[in-house]
Amino acid sequence: MLSVWEKSSTARVVAPARPRKLAKVPFVELADGRLQGVVSSGSDIGRVYVSSISAGTYAFACSTNNNRPCGGARGTFCNHLRALVTEAVLQYGAERVARYLKVETAQEPDAATLLGTMTQTRPAQGDTSAAAPVFSRFLRHLAYLELPPTTAPLPEMQWFPTTRAAA
Amino acid sequence: MVPDDEGGCLMRTDLLGEPIEGLDEALAAVDAFDAVLTDGLLRPRPAQAEGLDRLAEAVAGTPLAARVAEAAGKAAAGAAGEEHFLALAAARAALLGSVHDALATRVDEATGRPKPAGAPDRQEPSPEPASTLSAAARSWLCDLARSGWRGLDHDLAAGAAPVVSAMLPDTLLRRQAALLDGFAAELAASCPGATLERVPERRWADLWMRSLLLTLPGAAPAPATTPATGRLLPLGVDLQEHATAVQAQVHAVFEPSDGGAPRLVRAAASAPKPDTVVGAGLWQLLRPHLSLLAAAGEGRAMELDAMPLTDEGDLLWDEAHARPADEADPFATARVVLPTSTAAATAPLDRHPVRIAVPILLEGYAVRAEEGGPTELELAGHRLAVDVDRLPAAGPLTAESVARSRACIGLLRWDAGRFTVQPLAAETVVRKKAVAVHAGAWAGGTADKAGTRAEKAATDAVAGLRERAGRLLRK
Repeated sequence: MLSVWEKSSTARVVAPARPRKLAKVPFVELADGRLQGVVSSGSDIGRVYVSSISAGTYAFACSTNNNRPCGGARGTFCNHLRALVTEAVLQYGAERVARYLKVETAQEPDAATLLGTMTQTRPAQGDTSAAAPVFSRFLRHLAYLELPPTTAPLPEMQWFPTTRAAA
Repeated sequence: MVPDDEGGCLMRTDLLGEPIEGLDEALAAVDAFDAVLTDGLLRPRPAQAEGLDRLAEAVAGTPLAARVAEAAGKAAAGAAGEEHFLALAAARAALLGSVHDALATRVDEATGRPKPAGAPDRQEPSPEPASTLSAAARSWLCDLARSGWRGLDHDLAAGAAPVVSAMLPDTLLRRQAALLDGFAAELAASCPGATLERVPERRWADLWMRSLLLTLPGAAPAPATTPATGRLLPLGVDLQEHATAVQAQVHAVFEPSDGGAPRLVRAAASAPKPDTVVGAGLWQLLRPHLSLLAAAGEGRAMELDAMPLTDEGDLLWDEAHARPADEADPFATARVVLPTSTAAATAPLDRHPVRIAVPILLEGYAVRAEEGGPTELELAGHRLAVDVDRLPAAGPLTAESVARSRACIGLLRWDAGRFTVQPLAAETVVRKKAVAVHAGAWAGGTADKAGTRAEKAATDAVAGLRERAGRLLRK
């Protein structure tokens, strides 16, 4: 017997993102087996860092959009990676981030325990080959702001009711 | 004649809980097929062949019979091609179409309103060229059916992205693009499929079926319209969203200036969006394109002058054909005009239970809301569940205001085997005066304290993103 959720056309599968300030970390996503995103440089407004942490191994990488390595990400997480985790927890909730990265914590996870648990395993520094695709995903994400709205009805959106349950 | 004092009480909620003949059988065939998609059709097992047979048997008495039987056979042998998957999707759509029709008939009996106008004449699909984008989408969807939800991985889920990116700028492909984008995002968030605790079988089979049918040339033709001139009285706002798209639909009663019978209509605005635009940010995106949102929020009517109106009751909103009119209380509209309003017929492809969204007025109920349990309205001993989860986050209407209410305007819906009501507005009594709270009250903007804070946060978020976009997109 299937439960009601499995027989629902409008079952909620993904909770919408929780609102957060975007100035410091304009883009965060759980995709391609990584927590990845774009972090604004603290010193140069024209520069951003592309940061990522792999699920399971926590292998990390951080470099600029021009592929220069981040000076802080040597041996352990830099401030960009810490900001990435903090903002991901704001956007998706700590539980979903923990599940995706395969981090097991003793108590209810938060950004600090996630960071602590991951750095304790002394994760390896990954290569920065993901930087280009992550950055292009960020640009694709930004391009959504430029797409024209329409007043022709989209009947398919009936499958996507709004929900009060944020991530 | 409808007595003035108890217009809403005519709602026969007792009928909504009664079984509908043939419904369970049709849904059982749908469920059997949906289970087949969970395991995929790469290497079908005997149980899956059985599920495919159930679907084929259910449409055996229809013109689809031969094609579906053949498709079921091919799929059971692990040899289904695109045309076979299309036939299976069509069979599933036909079954759900019959479920929709049975439910819609029941809703008409319960509301006691005039029956919808007959189905519009079937339009001959305009001879659209087969698009390469649709072909690419179809190929991805067939791969999904082969791998099954249990076989999902990141590469497969990401396969739709290039198609969606290419479709989005073309507003004529927006229906397909918005659907594929929302569907693919859910699949990506659910990878790997092998370790999923549970699978939303009905939902993903719905999205798969719908996406596949929309890839057919002429599946979503530009609808025929007639000019609508008269007064538009808003009832409420329904908000729909996924991570990267939003649509607001205003449900309203249209009173033609030629004295014709009032009609139930809708007007919508939709937009693609970044996933970080949420809450009040959704209203901000849509507000400039649908002045009706502000009118609905402020309780005003609008005058329409030759606004295009489709046979399905959708106004194709164009600001040039609308201007603000006098105040119009939605509860007055619901009490006085709604009972005699006629709904439009549903387009053939849209006949699916998810499409049922019928404006109703409920009064004289008792609210049953146990701690942590569902909210239900009890009318004459019959209970109707309230879908409080569908209330927009950026709006003043909450489950608590519904629980305190003595009357509400809502959309009657059906999902997962039962009818529910989605509140659009609730009327409470404060110091012997009726006070109405509307779900879409902040759609056009707000002076409310919490609302203003939400507006500011949303403005800042979008400004931050635009600043980044301005710097980085031009490089």
